[in-house]
Amino acid sequence: MMAIQPVLLWSDLCIWLLVLAAVGAAWWSSRQPPLRAAWSRVARNRVGMASATLLAVFVLIGLADSLHYRPQLPPKSGDDPAKPVYAIEVLSALDALLMPLRTKVEKTYSEPLATRAYAKEMIEIREADGTVRKAREYPRLRHGGTHLAADEARAVSDIALRCALALAVGAVLWTALALLFAWRVARGRGIAIAIAWRQIWRHQEGPAWNAVLLTLAAVIALAALIAGPAGAYHVFGTDKVGQDVLYQVLKSIRTALVIGLVTTLVTLPLAVVLGIVAGYFRGWVDDLIQYLYTTLNSIPGVLLIAAAVLMMQVLIDTHPQWFSTAAERADLRLLALCFILGLTSWTGLARLLRGEVLKLRELEYVQAAQAFGVSDLRIIARHLLPNLMHIVIIALVMDFSGLVLAEAVLSYVGIGVDPTMISFGTMINNARMELGREPVVWWSLVAAFAFMFAMVLAANLLADAVRDAFDPRMA
Amino acid sequence: MLAYILRRLLYAIPILVGVNLITFALFFVVNTPDDMARMQLGVKRVTPEAIEKWKAERGYDKPLLWNVEAAGAGKATETIFFQKSALMFAGDFGRAEDGRDIAREIRTRMVPSLAIALPTFLLGLLVTVSFALLLAFFRATAFDFWGVVACVAMMSISGLFYIIGGQYLFSKMFRLVPISGYSGDLDAWRFLLLPVLIGVVSGIGSSARWYRTIFLEEIGKDYVRTARAKGLTDLKVMFGHVLRNAMIPILTGVVVVIPLLFMGSLLTESFFGIPGLGSYTIDAINAQDFAVVRAMVFIGSVLYIIGLILTDISYTLVDPRIRFE
Repeated sequence: MMAIQPVLLWSDLCIWLLVLAAVGAAWWSSRQPPLRAAWSRVARNRVGMASATLLAVFVLIGLADSLHYRPQLPPKSGDDPAKPVYAIEVLSALDALLMPLRTKVEKTYSEPLATRAYAKEMIEIREADGTVRKAREYPRLRHGGTHLAADEARAVSDIALRCALALAVGAVLWTALALLFAWRVARGRGIAIAIAWRQIWRHQEGPAWNAVLLTLAAVIALAALIAGPAGAYHVFGTDKVGQDVLYQVLKSIRTALVIGLVTTLVTLPLAVVLGIVAGYFRGWVDDLIQYLYTTLNSIPGVLLIAAAVLMMQVLIDTHPQWFSTAAERADLRLLALCFILGLTSWTGLARLLRGEVLKLRELEYVQAAQAFGVSDLRIIARHLLPNLMHIVIIALVMDFSGLVLAEAVLSYVGIGVDPTMISFGTMINNARMELGREPVVWWSLVAAFAFMFAMVLAANLLADAVRDAFDPRMA
Repeated sequence: MLAYILRRLLYAIPILVGVNLITFALFFVVNTPDDMARMQLGVKRVTPEAIEKWKAERGYDKPLLWNVEAAGAGKATETIFFQKSALMFAGDFGRAEDGRDIAREIRTRMVPSLAIALPTFLLGLLVTVSFALLLAFFRATAFDFWGVVACVAMMSISGLFYIIGGQYLFSKMFRLVPISGYSGDLDAWRFLLLPVLIGVVSGIGSSARWYRTIFLEEIGKDYVRTARAKGLTDLKVMFGHVLRNAMIPILTGVVVVIPLLFMGSLLTESFFGIPGLGSYTIDAINAQDFAVVRAMVFIGSVLYIIGLILTDISYTLVDPRIRFE
């Protein structure tokens, strides 16, 4: 067993803080009857549960990609055995899982599931009679389908077999998961497993477990179809430098999640504190905060982000001594981008909250609390904040999809994540020019767009379910 | 009315001053001009003399806020803040890295930007409002359901996909229109067709769904029931009552962006090679041309504030109940 040295990047810290906050928020809202009721309305919504399941899968991949470490280098002779040497490269748990994908690098482009390269090359061909001739041919790939040896025609049946096997494993896995669900439901309702099973599929009350199970079935089936041949082929092809596109797509998930979620760490405190303070205290505080967000708001978003990111780039480039590794620099740049996105996007939520607080503070129970001499802080925490939660939650879920989409655009414009960091935006940006080639190199683009679409669609659908459940006007 | 507009214009001044201060802080306080010079010159050519020369050429060699050495009013005017930030109020944006006058560049590039943005905006509004009206008219039917599904799917697709996919489909595969480019004369329509079409299609998803919600909200109100009760046809209720009343919330979102049309679209223009303000901004960002980005930020906020004032004025036109005190 090789020793590893755990590495905690700043964005990892933010992600795990968010996980902690989410757990805390879940525990807190389970003790608040109105929030509990709203969340159980979300759980009853089949579309909402299906999209939440899909998002959970993405989040799991992202979390696996947020456990970073540096592997130990094999000890060289003359090294002190008591002092292990660690690689400079920072890997994640996901990298460890996908090691074959990460290391099996081809020379350049190759089509999905191909056994031969994309471009012809001068190669030596050994004829049956032992003579060697030179010809311009499509060379075999270094890794894709090498186990087939000369029998390349077998590729189709080989891939089909691998898919079938993986699907069978997936089916077993899904059945086990489904039974686990049924057992949990049965225990929760105090009924037999068979009855619980039937209740799940009929779904008349409680959370829509049938939607969860169906989504899981689809996800597992897709994952099986991809993972089955992935061991011996490049399922999504390879890019210009021969890197596996599947690996890149999976790595992009974390970047998108960080952009979509960590940004709220900045937005939320700013919007909530400033919005409530402005609405509650009114007077010059209100004027000041209103002036602040009107001013920020009046600068077109992309331009403000562009200006801020440009300045951040100058700051990073002129202070190379701040970063010990390239990964660290890319990581801090990602966080800075989140920070900038947060600073430019809190204004909408703050305005909403201010308006709501202006209404709430005139209500009798707040007036009564003031008359009793309850402190302002306590009134805000006890009486105002719980009544604002629905606005905050709706805004958070709605912002996520917009941020994921914005990352791609910003990276295209050149003000997004570090070019060395794998993200949907950098993938699209690198693959964009390849559409002009003949034959067309389409796989990187399609893979990036498809994964991004799945993520954003799930987020949008969940946002709808959450809004329907939380918006009091809708009920 | 006139007094109201005047007051709004006066109120815009502190906001513009704020924008100016923010950009000033971003561009000159977070990084010193020395840092910018080092960035622009590149690592290899950095010498103290080169930095001083770079700064002197661009007028960055003055003190930031207060010039002690200058005489009289020069104490305030011979500074970076006055020369680079305050003079923007007078329409003086200085020169770009390539030495061209930014204000002049903006004036010439506005035309191609508008040629794309204006048709996209008008056509987009027409298409989305009519589609939303259709959805609301056939509410709670299969058409409405699948229409909303299509909207959600369309708003989940990256804007980049519409552009890349559209270019590939119409220009490369069917060879209907040129992939990119622009011409100043009447021939321009061939270049504008695809970007406008893509701009309209990519906007349908989110706006149509939003307008549909607005329409449905109006349809649920009492006056609609009254109109129906007195025997008006569905069509008459839709166009005569619902559409007219829904104009108020729709205008809020729409009028604000009209002045911003001058700025063009960053993505469309750079993908289609249109020499407008959007591609100007992108080029400036990529070349790290700080003066241009600063000018665009300022112009963008001026246009946004004009949009806000226009929104207020347009309210009086569609809703006679609103009066300005």
